[in-house]
Amino acid sequence: MKKIIFGIAFIIFFSFLIVSAINMRTFGEPTFSEMDDYFIENAQSETGANNVVTSIVFDYRGFDTLGEATVLFTAVVGIVALFRGVKK
Amino acid sequence: MKEMSRIVKTVTNFVYGFIVIFGFYIIAHGHLTPGGGFQGGAVVGSAFALLLVSYGSLNSGKFLKKDIFSLFENFGLILFIVLGFSGLGITFFYNFLANSGGWFGDAAVIGVNPGDMNTGGVIPLMNIAVGLEVLSAFGVIVLTMASGAEFTKKKERS
Repeated sequence: MKKIIFGIAFIIFFSFLIVSAINMRTFGEPTFSEMDDYFIENAQSETGANNVVTSIVFDYRGFDTLGEATVLFTAVVGIVALFRGVKK
Repeated sequence: MKEMSRIVKTVTNFVYGFIVIFGFYIIAHGHLTPGGGFQGGAVVGSAFALLLVSYGSLNSGKFLKKDIFSLFENFGLILFIVLGFSGLGITFFYNFLANSGGWFGDAAVIGVNPGDMNTGGVIPLMNIAVGLEVLSAFGVIVLTMASGAEFTKKKERS
């Protein structure tokens, strides 16, 4: 009984997946592209960096990078605290 | 961790400098070519791991010092935060050096071109800060775990 219920539920969800995969937009045509167009047009003249990805990571989204660096620092602090009783 | 054979140590001596230079190249050219602080720091950290594995944790303690690494890590994170705060006249993380004519202040040539080192404003400095933090974080993690493994092995033997 349980197997039959799980099988019916699986078939229903899988058919939803297939329908949404058929209705997907074609490759290279995203729905909203205003922000991408702005970055591609203006990133080189505003930040002066040729690498647009780096100009987004370190300039437009610098706060996110600060969080990543803090996460790495916290990981190091945790590891040093875990091995604090170890002497050389 | 014991040291490995003479072949491994010779190859390590040959390759180590190239890996470190390649990592610092990725960090310094982060605003022109693919890569940046995180990726270059990971490459330099893998060179430290190679040195530790091939020479053993007892011998490599002469070359790699944990205190210096933790000092560099704090310095990198503090430099990053200071660079973020120094644009605070306009907004947090404002690129105050770009197109100003000073340090890294030349305007970039618009279009597809190989690029100039002296552009990018505050982005190369932030790349160097993050790269310094990531490479010393890898060094601290590897050295601490190696000394922990040594300690555990000694405890099990006795």
